[in-house]
Amino acid sequence: MAQRMTKLSEEKVFKDPVHRYIHVRDRLIWELIGTSEFQRLRRIKQLGTSYLTFHGAEHSRFGHSLGVYEITRKLINVFEKEPEWDPNDRLLCLCAALLHDIGHGPFSHSFEKVFQTDHEHFTREMILGQTEINAVLRKISDDFPRKVSDVIGKTYENKLVVSMISSQIDADRMDYLLRDAYYTGVSYGNFDLERLWRVMRPREDQVVIKKSGMHAVEDYIMSRYQMYWQIYFHPVTRSAEVILTKILHRAKTLYHNGFKFKYVPTQLMSLFDGQVTVEDYLKLDEALILYYFQVWQEEEDQILKDLCYRFMNRKLFKYIEFTPMDLSLYDELRETFLDAGLDPDYYLVVDSSSDCPYDLYRPGEEEEKLPIYLVMPDSQLRELSRESDVVDSITGKKRTDHKLYYPLDAIMALPSHSKAKKKLRSLLSI
Amino acid sequence: MLEDHAKIVSLLEQAGEVVGRKKLQKIIYILKKCDIPFQEKYHFHFFGPYSEELSLRIEELCNLGFVNEVKETKGGYYQYRYTSTETSKEFLSHFDIHMETIEPLIQELNNQNSKFLELVSTILYFDDLSHEEIIEKVQVVKKKQNYSLDDIEEAFSFITSIKRLNTKVS
Repeated sequence: MAQRMTKLSEEKVFKDPVHRYIHVRDRLIWELIGTSEFQRLRRIKQLGTSYLTFHGAEHSRFGHSLGVYEITRKLINVFEKEPEWDPNDRLLCLCAALLHDIGHGPFSHSFEKVFQTDHEHFTREMILGQTEINAVLRKISDDFPRKVSDVIGKTYENKLVVSMISSQIDADRMDYLLRDAYYTGVSYGNFDLERLWRVMRPREDQVVIKKSGMHAVEDYIMSRYQMYWQIYFHPVTRSAEVILTKILHRAKTLYHNGFKFKYVPTQLMSLFDGQVTVEDYLKLDEALILYYFQVWQEEEDQILKDLCYRFMNRKLFKYIEFTPMDLSLYDELRETFLDAGLDPDYYLVVDSSSDCPYDLYRPGEEEEKLPIYLVMPDSQLRELSRESDVVDSITGKKRTDHKLYYPLDAIMALPSHSKAKKKLRSLLSI
Repeated sequence: MLEDHAKIVSLLEQAGEVVGRKKLQKIIYILKKCDIPFQEKYHFHFFGPYSEELSLRIEELCNLGFVNEVKETKGGYYQYRYTSTETSKEFLSHFDIHMETIEPLIQELNNQNSKFLELVSTILYFDDLSHEEIIEKVQVVKKKQNYSLDDIEEAFSFITSIKRLNTKVS
């Protein structure tokens, strides 16, 4: 317990474009930031492949994690005046905020799809296993790493603490919306962060919002809505994601078929074998993945070579809106792709909104998800969309979408007399 | 392509009807834990394991006309009923999915109420812990639901029975 009260002799600050300054006074937080596991987050982009659409989106999970910490710190300053807040939870909450993304790997979403890994599993392993982070956390107490892991895993007994880091209005979302808007250069992701944390109140089970703060929350929900459609589900970003996923699939398949790589993916073998350990996982970052994509352009396998070339040089797939009600079109396209010498398993891909790792606000009907509650003047709680016409108007509306991705350039490069080319141009209306 | 969507439709076809979003969420989670290859990612939420991916996939299926969703008001709150539609049959014919082999398991789960399935899925979420640790954890994370020790033991027995049922049918 000795370190619980230990403060740095002098406050440390990080300059940050979203929060201006990020303030660190606790030695524990400072030491966590210095661990190799946390520093690794500098080499993992927050927005994955979005930089191929919005060139500014090169920011890392390192900056985002500091941002979530900073918002949580400010929120605690507000909560400290409230009777529902237990000051003993302060450090636990700050550690969970800082470490909530520690288990993310390079291009996490695609990796998880292809290799069936789970960043939440690695988060637990990095906090509870033999890591530098674990050693720092144990300076507080032997059970402190477990508590931090439970808060991040949303299984901690104090739901209020959990909801500050992970709920439909939490420090995580507030930071990534503002940060992603800033780095992508768009204006519609903004909302009044300071107003929001000033109207947040702690309750037994979750953070709630003062009724007078409803318009600030409306802005936040609109930001989430706009960012979802304009940034997170951007069709060009999705195209890059599709190609990235196919590269990983191809490399894995080749590895299992005994293909002789010129550039052997030693660091990826445990992933291919489905036996990745934390030690293996910690060695992965985007620099390494992009290295392989760069050198695999020289491999003998035409598909791997081509897909890597496309990703590295932004020669992405084009898309059409696709209605899966008519699967005969898809079947016909597959056959024609084969006739044209294009493997449809790699060059004809349907991408759906449910493949996107971001979500929109849900009013939590039937207890599927805890909604945002407003505290009314009579102290009763009301679900946000029942009070706000703005939120109600975008809640429960159609928000699904399917696109069919294909390599336009490869189709157009087919000989002009090719029957397959003619048919594909007709089927895809190109 | 859309095979994961087809599995959900096929499940609904076997179930006949599933009443409640929470129930559908928990049924698929429990089936996953019985090694039925659903791919939706689940995380722990306030009301137990929940998959946003699944919620969106169901929404997609409704918008495509393969799943029918009926919203009902029940004692001041909403409840949703899910069935597969006639048009989904053509969609399913494109896939080699045989959910009928686990039909008894699906029926057994569908016969339970959502509160009980919430308990069962919560126990399964912590299945890397010991029996005693699971009980302790359930009582911590489900304080509000007031599950008794008998409820928890009943859920454990239910898990054993469905796993046995799964071995028989698979």
